[in-house]
Amino acid sequence: MIEIACLAFLSPLLSGIISKIKNNLRFRQGPSIFQPYFNLSKYFSKEEVVSSSCSWLFRLTPYIVFAATLSALLLISFNRVGDLIAVIFLFSLARFFLALAGLDPATTFGGMGSSREMFIASLVEPVAMLSVFAIALSAKTTNLTFIFAQQSMSVPTIMATLALFLVALAETGRIPIDNQETHLELTMIHEAMVLEYSGRSLGLLELAGYFKQVFFFWLISSLILPGFNEPVFLIIKMLVLCLVVAAVEVSLAKMRLFRVVDFLSFAGILSAMAIVALVLGA
Amino acid sequence: MLNTYFSLVFDPLAVFFVITILTISIPSFIYSLGYLKGHYSTRKIVLGQFLFGLFVLAMLAVVTAGNIFFFLIVWELMSLSSYFLVIFDTENKKSIEAGTIYMVMAQIGTAFLIAAFLLMYQQSGSFDFYVIKQALVSLPIQQKNILFLLLLVGFGAKAGIVPLHIWLPYAHPQAPSHVSALMSGVMIKTAIYGLIRFVILILGVNALWWGELVIVLACISCLVGILNALTEHDLKTLLAYSSVENIGIILLGVGAAMIFIKLGYPVLAVLAMGAGLYHLFNHAIFKGLLFLGAGSIYNATGSRNIEKLGGLINKIPWTSSYFLLGSMAISALPPLNGFVSEWLTLLVLFLGALTLGGGLKLFFCFSAAILALTGGLTAACFVKAFGITFLGQARSVKVEQAKECGLAMNMGMAILAFLVVILGLGVVFFIKIFGFVAGFVMGVDASLIRFSLNSFVISLPLANNIFLATPQLLLLLLLCAVFAFVLLNLFFGRAKVLLGKTWDCGYYKLTSRNEYTATGFSKPFRLAFSFFLLPYRKLNKVKESFYHVKNFYYETHTTKIFMDYIYRNLLGSTFRLAGSMRGIQTGSINIYLGYIFLTILLLLVFRGIF
Repeated sequence: MIEIACLAFLSPLLSGIISKIKNNLRFRQGPSIFQPYFNLSKYFSKEEVVSSSCSWLFRLTPYIVFAATLSALLLISFNRVGDLIAVIFLFSLARFFLALAGLDPATTFGGMGSSREMFIASLVEPVAMLSVFAIALSAKTTNLTFIFAQQSMSVPTIMATLALFLVALAETGRIPIDNQETHLELTMIHEAMVLEYSGRSLGLLELAGYFKQVFFFWLISSLILPGFNEPVFLIIKMLVLCLVVAAVEVSLAKMRLFRVVDFLSFAGILSAMAIVALVLGA
Repeated sequence: MLNTYFSLVFDPLAVFFVITILTISIPSFIYSLGYLKGHYSTRKIVLGQFLFGLFVLAMLAVVTAGNIFFFLIVWELMSLSSYFLVIFDTENKKSIEAGTIYMVMAQIGTAFLIAAFLLMYQQSGSFDFYVIKQALVSLPIQQKNILFLLLLVGFGAKAGIVPLHIWLPYAHPQAPSHVSALMSGVMIKTAIYGLIRFVILILGVNALWWGELVIVLACISCLVGILNALTEHDLKTLLAYSSVENIGIILLGVGAAMIFIKLGYPVLAVLAMGAGLYHLFNHAIFKGLLFLGAGSIYNATGSRNIEKLGGLINKIPWTSSYFLLGSMAISALPPLNGFVSEWLTLLVLFLGALTLGGGLKLFFCFSAAILALTGGLTAACFVKAFGITFLGQARSVKVEQAKECGLAMNMGMAILAFLVVILGLGVVFFIKIFGFVAGFVMGVDASLIRFSLNSFVISLPLANNIFLATPQLLLLLLLCAVFAFVLLNLFFGRAKVLLGKTWDCGYYKLTSRNEYTATGFSKPFRLAFSFFLLPYRKLNKVKESFYHVKNFYYETHTTKIFMDYIYRNLLGSTFRLAGSMRGIQTGSINIYLGYIFLTILLLLVFRGIF
């Protein structure tokens, strides 16, 4: 429980670190790694502008998204309430409402973002499920605590973890799927959906995004070298993961929407290979 | 004599289906009291209610019939009464067309059933289920295979298994909404009942490939159904396609149960069948709810085309909340009932992959991946259906003036919406009931299987530490939301909200024409799945001069592969065959007498040989 609280509290730091690394790789100074905290406190204290064509759903959505994502994180310790598959469904609860909120203000941007987000999400889902299956089959359970406590590392879990990393890139809106830094009409996906949000609601949505990111990072880093899962090692592994994500973001360009299908098919093949390796008993 | 022909059975399976039928029929009937009033004359209402009653009665008789003779009669009565309900709007040409397609498909299905039943009768010399069951044990495996395939096609045509699904998107939208709710929610499930009763209970699962075939068909139905639903803009047609998908999810559970029982894993078989039955019941409820919701939208706006709706959430708040609940349930969002049964189905596939080895492990994993893809596409489909219909701005004047429907209609929907929540939260209670029915079907004493850890947490049998507790999940969600709300108010004060206009890039004024459309929403899917949907588009620019475009026409639609490439060809060749047969009908009585003589001769020869 304390572990989860620390994770939740430190989650914005991950984004700060990634952005710092990105800036340093580009030989720029960049904002401090605590910038996400400053942003959040600014969002929370600022007033909020809501479009007059919005319904109650628009105001409620940030809380639903926040609650669903935080619950997903909490399931790590409340393992009697739900398992890893329930986590996938909780993320889809958050996404469902976010996509609806994108359609609510009656703008083209929001609809465009919702459509693209749901498109990518529906292709990510089978890949995520296959890699979750591969990991859970090695652990012989879908219970999160037991998956985290797994000690051995096998070929299937390595492949599935790699696929899960690609899934995480898509789910957290990173390059090459989406770009968190852009507000260019034609390319934005997640940002287009939340374009009408401001103030406190935007802050909640950002925070939920950090939670989701930390969940994936934590899952992936505890699956890599599972022998070393003491907090110190986990933090080191997560920092390495930050470096990898930053390097990927700096060195690649965002893909065209329909190239994402190829990217995700690659991830899908990777996770399918993981299952095949599992069957062959590697 | 009468007794042997009209016996009834009331075993757990029959009772389960009776309860399912009644659970949907009663709210639908309450709804119809309000719905029919505005649309039809008094005489037609009386006729409609009579047919509705007959339809419900026929369905009840189908699931309680105790012998194949009676079963066939009420099965046809069910098809016939629903046919008349499909063509209820007789002045509408589309209704007649839909009715004809429905009737043809129903008859093709029945033809296969009759063939199967004749085989059964030939073997046993009796109509009774139990006598047949005993007689079929000694049947050679090849004949059992044939019997299975006949039953699969016969019931598949009614259930809407791809490629026999083509009548659903025609027939379901044309019937009045409360009948659509019943047809899509319950009637297609009577075919699932037939499959369970005749294949699993009477015939018994005799080969592994039976279950595998059912799962493959289920996966295809899932994907075909939901992809068609995604690109569909008529609300009721969309829902009909999504029924094809949900039949697929139900059959995933049933097929997995068939594999498990064949391989000798009774506990897993009960769990798989329980998941299938749970989803069957859930789908009946939320699909019923969504169809009633679509009826209320039609009642309020006079349109079912979601491209013409929009902004209804403020105009018809009750209907929109019910529809939102239904959409959430069908998209398997926690903690509602669709989530529970889809989670169970996934876990069944997981446990199957865990227990079995080799090819079957792969098979179950990929089925789960397809189920996940289907889940993602369903969520997208219902974001579109709810978002375009209820959110944003109204796209026509009629929608602008929409009024909430009356008390009876609201009541009908409220009951089903309540059940959507209850079946999600009361999973520990319901899993035992569904487990009991599944135990009866699979011939296992389900009371030996522990489904729940305590009164709130369900734990799956075979240990593995897999748990789910939907009430706690809801509590967790609520606590997190309240936690955020309270902390924010404590540290940052009350939220200050300004009302403004939607960001319009400095454009003059945003109208409903600037909104994203349903066609636009589904475009990425149309392009990515173009190998199946075969989208067709036509652009036409009317230019005033080289630089100035005066008018712009854009047309796009997808191709209905099964209808256009398979059924139209079949229909064409049937007509051609009939045309070529015309040559032997000369109209001369002498030649006809000759035909009769020849026929008798042939029959005598036939009898002599066999």
